[in-house]
Amino acid sequence: MKEIYADNNATTKVDEAVFEEMRPYFCELYGNPSSMHFFGGQVQRKIDEARQRTADLLGALPEEIIFTACGTESDNAAIRSALETYPERRHIITTRVEHPAVLTPCRNLSKRGYRVTELSVDGEGRLDLDELRRVIDENTAIVSVMYANNETGVVFPIEEVGAIVKENGAIFHTDAVQAVGKIPLNMAESTVDMLALSGHKLHAPKGIGALYVRKGTPFRPFLVGGHQERSRRAGTENTAGIIALGKACELAARQLEDENTRVKAMRDRLEGEILRLIPNVRVNGGATQRLPNTCSVAFEYVEGEAILLLMSEKGICASSGSACTSGSLEPSHVLRAMGVPFTCAHGSIRFSLSRFTTDDDIDTIIRELPPIIHRLRELSPFGREFLTKG
Amino acid sequence: MWDYTDKVREHFLNPKNVGEIPDADAVGEVGSLACGDALKLYLKLDEKKERIVDAKFQTFGCASAIASSSALTEIIKGKTLDEAMNVSNQEIAEFLGGLPEEKMHCSVMGQEALEVAIAKYRGGPVPGHEHIQPEMEGEVVCKCFGITDEFLKKVIRENKLHTAEQVTHFTKAGGGCGGCIPQIKELIAQVMGEQPKEEKKKPGKLSNLRKMQLIQEILENDVRPLLWADGGDLELIDIDGSTVQIAFRKACAGCVSSGHTAKFVEQKLRESVADDIRVEEVEG
Repeated sequence: MKEIYADNNATTKVDEAVFEEMRPYFCELYGNPSSMHFFGGQVQRKIDEARQRTADLLGALPEEIIFTACGTESDNAAIRSALETYPERRHIITTRVEHPAVLTPCRNLSKRGYRVTELSVDGEGRLDLDELRRVIDENTAIVSVMYANNETGVVFPIEEVGAIVKENGAIFHTDAVQAVGKIPLNMAESTVDMLALSGHKLHAPKGIGALYVRKGTPFRPFLVGGHQERSRRAGTENTAGIIALGKACELAARQLEDENTRVKAMRDRLEGEILRLIPNVRVNGGATQRLPNTCSVAFEYVEGEAILLLMSEKGICASSGSACTSGSLEPSHVLRAMGVPFTCAHGSIRFSLSRFTTDDDIDTIIRELPPIIHRLRELSPFGREFLTKG
Repeated sequence: MWDYTDKVREHFLNPKNVGEIPDADAVGEVGSLACGDALKLYLKLDEKKERIVDAKFQTFGCASAIASSSALTEIIKGKTLDEAMNVSNQEIAEFLGGLPEEKMHCSVMGQEALEVAIAKYRGGPVPGHEHIQPEMEGEVVCKCFGITDEFLKKVIRENKLHTAEQVTHFTKAGGGCGGCIPQIKELIAQVMGEQPKEEKKKPGKLSNLRKMQLIQEILENDVRPLLWADGGDLELIDIDGSTVQIAFRKACAGCVSSGHTAKFVEQKLRESVADDIRVEEVEG
């Protein structure tokens, strides 16, 4: 069965060009970039190139890029560094809709004497900047606000947040794992001090990430040991991964326009057709600025896991904000924070496209999805009065 | 992705007995939209009103909820009401070739709907979730999912559960805000206390050395594994006569219910070593 892959916020296909770029660095050019000989030196030069390419996508300087193992490591390193930089400041601000890579370390810190404020969002997933102004003070060490939400695609007003953070002298970190490669970023003109990104969300392989640290922002390393990454991240470099990430960033910079025109048009068509063909559907975060590739739709009176598995029977891969898919019992913390009504929080499905998505893929989803929802509603004891409208 | 058996997949993709019975003799409804799953079960009885001649269901929920409902209707058709009353959630899970532990609550939901349907038909007290059955027995423990102590104790007993996490997997209780987890642990300890004591296990007069060895063995083999399951631990600090000093570690350290845990340890040691054992929690 051919897969219709619409789960690109979970992970992406490695671009063939990216794979070709990294391929020689396993069996042939396997040298250690720290070595004194030519064999390691040629790898070092390739890493320098990758660093430049990654910096270019972000509008940053190459020395502002630290390669890490994943987005989670980048987020953890940023939070820890800020707290070690300002040991006297005991307050952390984040949001209720962050990825666990930020929420979990913050909640753990709250058990160790830190005060953690989680900013709320409204029904469309928007932050209230006045709440941030109210809670931030001279005791705040770090403000961590994601660039764009992984479940809904809602994009946060990062520069407006940053302006408030800078007035108070705290470090401003953003988890931009979902934003990098999907919307244009320019760190040269940004208030962001630290930014986390992940390779496998932009067609590089899993196991490589990066942390942008603005020149002049104090940084305390998370991993200590050797002098790699200018002593800011010890451990022998994941050379092939770094080179792959560099290539993926170079491609992403070139594909940004395609992402925001062609991919966005496919997303809009998918969303429009779902709303037209299926009754009692709402788009989560639909009234606000969103990533061009993401569509989170809630189907009333049906449960997400059942939708996903029936779609999977047709080859369609998506994901759900439903409780049952994760083994937890409550719907996603993002949808709950947004106050999505319980009649549909359990039936939320996220479609996330990429530049490899085709119009045929969208056609297939539009063809297969309505009967699946209809069938599950027929099974359900609730909302039977809406069946006929379909 | 869940590792569902072929049988679960089959009953999810092609569920049996879907729909309503307009002139049903008994209807049982459990769960709600807020809970994330719900089941409405319809039973049609024979002329003598003894045997189930038809059963149908409507389910809102995940694949295993739909499969469990389908399995339930297949199991009970042709059974008398008394026979049906004895259908356990394990039987539903077994019919499906097993369910992932996190999904066992789906089989419990099926069994519960059956019990509610029969209880309502017979006019007795109705067990279960307060959202649907305001006249349920017992007091609500889990406020997120509206689950009562009586219901929890029954499931703990029947499925021999011994960690709060398992109780959550089987009943959902504790899976929301988590505020009731200490109470759930207390219920587990209560149910464990109900188990018939194995009298022969308790030895007679012990030498001091043997007593200390026995205490260590019980802590190592019977107590610490239970604590590990919840991410906790304890350390034996000292034994002075009948006083056993322990210090809690990991998740147990500073846990609000560590007092209950200490009581539970004491009860365990009294059962297996001597009646006069006293457990003291110390800093160490």
